[in-house]
Amino acid sequence: MTTVTMTVNGKNVSADVAPNTLLVDFIRNNLRLTGTHVGCDTSQCGACTVHVDGDSIKSCTMLAVQAEGADVTTIEGLAANGDLHPMQASFKENHGLQCGFCTPGMIMSAVDLVKRHPNPSEETIRSELEGNICRCTGYHNIVKSVKAASEKMGG
Amino acid sequence: MPVENGIGAAVRRKEDQRFITGNGNYLDDMNKVGQAYGYFLRSPHAHAKINGINLDAAKAAPGVVDIFTGADMAADGIGGLICGWGITSKDGSPHNAPPHNSMAIDAVRHVGDQVAFVIADSLQQAKDAAELIDVDYAELPPVTDISRALSGGAPQIHEEAPGNVCYDWELGDKDAVDAAFASAAKVSKIDLVNNRLSPNPMEPRAALGEFDPGSEELTLYTTSQNPHVARLIMSAFLAIAPENKLRVVAPDVGGGFGSKIFVYAEETVTVWAARKINRPVKWTADRSEAFMTDAHGRDHVTHAELAMDDEGHILGFRVSTKANLGAYLSTFASAVPTYLYGTLLNGQYKIPSIYVEVLAGFTNTTPVDAYRGAGRPEATYVVERMMETAARDLNMDPTEFRMKNFIQPDAYPYETPVIMTYDSGDYPANMNAAKGLIDYAGFAARKAQSEANGKIRGIGCAAYIEACGIAPSAAVGSLGAGVGLWESAEVRFNPTGSVTVFTGSHSHGQGHETTFAQIIADKLGVPIESVEVVHGDTDKVPFGMGTYGSRSLAVGGSAIVKAVDKIVEKSKKIAAHLMEAAVEDIEHEHGVFSVAGTDKQMTMGEIAFAAYVPHNYPEDLEPGMAENAFYDPLNFTFPAGTHIAEVEIDPNTGVVDIVDWAASDDFGNIVNPMIVEGQVHGGVAQGIGQAMLEGVVYDDESGQLLTGSYMDYCMPRADDLPSFKIDTTGTVCPSNPLGVKGCGEAGAIAAPAALMNAITNALGKDIDMPATPEKVWRAANA
Repeated sequence: MTTVTMTVNGKNVSADVAPNTLLVDFIRNNLRLTGTHVGCDTSQCGACTVHVDGDSIKSCTMLAVQAEGADVTTIEGLAANGDLHPMQASFKENHGLQCGFCTPGMIMSAVDLVKRHPNPSEETIRSELEGNICRCTGYHNIVKSVKAASEKMGG
Repeated sequence: MPVENGIGAAVRRKEDQRFITGNGNYLDDMNKVGQAYGYFLRSPHAHAKINGINLDAAKAAPGVVDIFTGADMAADGIGGLICGWGITSKDGSPHNAPPHNSMAIDAVRHVGDQVAFVIADSLQQAKDAAELIDVDYAELPPVTDISRALSGGAPQIHEEAPGNVCYDWELGDKDAVDAAFASAAKVSKIDLVNNRLSPNPMEPRAALGEFDPGSEELTLYTTSQNPHVARLIMSAFLAIAPENKLRVVAPDVGGGFGSKIFVYAEETVTVWAARKINRPVKWTADRSEAFMTDAHGRDHVTHAELAMDDEGHILGFRVSTKANLGAYLSTFASAVPTYLYGTLLNGQYKIPSIYVEVLAGFTNTTPVDAYRGAGRPEATYVVERMMETAARDLNMDPTEFRMKNFIQPDAYPYETPVIMTYDSGDYPANMNAAKGLIDYAGFAARKAQSEANGKIRGIGCAAYIEACGIAPSAAVGSLGAGVGLWESAEVRFNPTGSVTVFTGSHSHGQGHETTFAQIIADKLGVPIESVEVVHGDTDKVPFGMGTYGSRSLAVGGSAIVKAVDKIVEKSKKIAAHLMEAAVEDIEHEHGVFSVAGTDKQMTMGEIAFAAYVPHNYPEDLEPGMAENAFYDPLNFTFPAGTHIAEVEIDPNTGVVDIVDWAASDDFGNIVNPMIVEGQVHGGVAQGIGQAMLEGVVYDDESGQLLTGSYMDYCMPRADDLPSFKIDTTGTVCPSNPLGVKGCGEAGAIAAPAALMNAITNALGKDIDMPATPEKVWRAANA
């Protein structure tokens, strides 16, 4: 076992974990933040996407110990003081989700996407979200949600 | 006057708040005190005898609680998994139904077949221990291809199914079809492969079993589309526990698309094992297990022929299909290539005679069952590829050929030669609307422009029909179904005026918490925020047949309407008493009860309160305000429409660019247009996936699954798809009180044929799905 310490959603957390513990398992099992999901075993689906030091990361590709000292944000930490992040609100407003399973990862990727491309075209949005699989929506309303949110986020 | 958030309003979904904040409660998010973890040792072979299983080393491994095999379950009297729909072959014999054990007893028949269940304190310990299990396999030659499996001389998979045949079924009038072909001026023919798909809901299946030794109650938390059906089957056929001692809970479920209808081995083993060890056990599939064990869809090989007169009128239709059912019969597998397929081969057309025969068989592959559309996409693919081929053979515009043969809007009820009675529709209107949306008339100019740019452009349509609102119990019973397909609902007013609706339908993305609340808001005037929709728990909901076949609104919603009707009837009596009027004089609209011809009125909330505080109350009336209803549909519903795809192909790369997509669908009345559009988007995406990207591939020699991860199985991603132009042109469904038809599967049914018609139109030759760049490039450059 090894001790890891990091900041998650603004709180300092520390736990003893097996050295091969994935960041996603640390988040889900140790911290009980179950909004971050696991949808595949090959880092393809993106359901586990979180922000590590401001960048979107598939948390199944990273060991918990690699996030030592990092500042991690999960879907649970995205809303500020009870106010939804514009991306969260936009997914609801534009019916950008159905079953909701891919949604946390999709939103975390989308926030990062808009940070890097403040006024993204449909093509850019589709290309940037290539690493997040949704089986329900056909992406039509996800693209619409991201576009609408980007306008609200001051793009 | 429309009601705020009532029927027809694009209400934003009530359930979204928890999903967008990470507060959904999916199965793997749940944990119980003292929980152990289960892991399945699975067969690495497609076909093998098991000579022995040595568990000694594994049982001694750190953290192991216990390990079970199929022999342990049999010794405990646990029955095998069942197929709930009996199919009769041409010769009158019942379908061959080989045993389907939850864990292998003497043989394994597909890669991933369950061999042992290892339970340990941690998942890692369970996995480590599984590696110490010594299974003595004697490998047998496998067969995965259905044509080879049925061709004679192929490896025999079950002794109960000689020649690997499950059934040899037929429907329609063979003599009439033969006569039609004998008199035909023109015959068109087509050969098609309907590729095998993996459903891939983003949440993998999972189960959590818990036993209470005090009450002797067993609880299974599971990723199910129909928890009551799971309880019924586990109780009645598997002897897991009596129904009154077995609770099945399906919490937030992350997509299903049919694959979570079925009663699978893993859920069965998990709940049984929880009682054996008297400790909660959780099993969660990883994606590799999902590919190996979630029931697959489609996998047909079909030859079809269409007879026409010299003016292009259809005279007869003849279809012969081989259907791959996999290694075992899944829960409803037998019905999919028969009554959900053959009955839809009439499409939207006047076809005087139809004959279909389906030879279904076993292979060393994952079981095949209902996947979004279930039989109806296969039927539409045959019908609409056939219509396109016939039109091309006749040198007619394919949309004109269809218009010439459409059933006309004044022809309902319309009886088809394949035992369906269509109740409503306006197929020409949908066709014309879709053509307008995509500017069909302007295609020739766009094609010329593409050619000038060195590209090949194509356009293709599919005029689909489906049978949804599944289904009238007596009708399906006469066709072999082992269950009734009604739905139940309870509408319970709380004394303070809020409402709890209990429904037997199950939402795993469809938005029932919103749609069903809209019905209550509309009918009873209750603000939508004050309506709670409860589903997915056998201890809470009276009963339920669950969600599949685009049935939730047509059947589940109708049950809610029936319960509401009872609420209104009772409320009128209370209102009459309190307002000192005759019951016949009480009028009701949207939750307001008034005395005709006066300004006296009461709200539903006031009446509900009076029902719970019955100080001044009709003597002969029970207090309280809760009603339940069961609704058995009178007919199937028949959503229909036209989808048109336009593609541009780069002949240098074979890459197909879907440049436009237009759809005009008839779903009857619509409760929430935003949700309906979303359902169409998702269905079309899965249909495009089938046509261009997806396909389960086995190596026929070794029986190994070659598409076992997202690295190998091509899921549609955002950059593979276009945005869609979706429109609805509705005719009211006459058979249910909401006038609705269902919308969940339409896109997946229409899209493959529309897209393949567009691609083959561009190429000028036929290719099979999936139209990968390699296949398209070869066709374009042959």
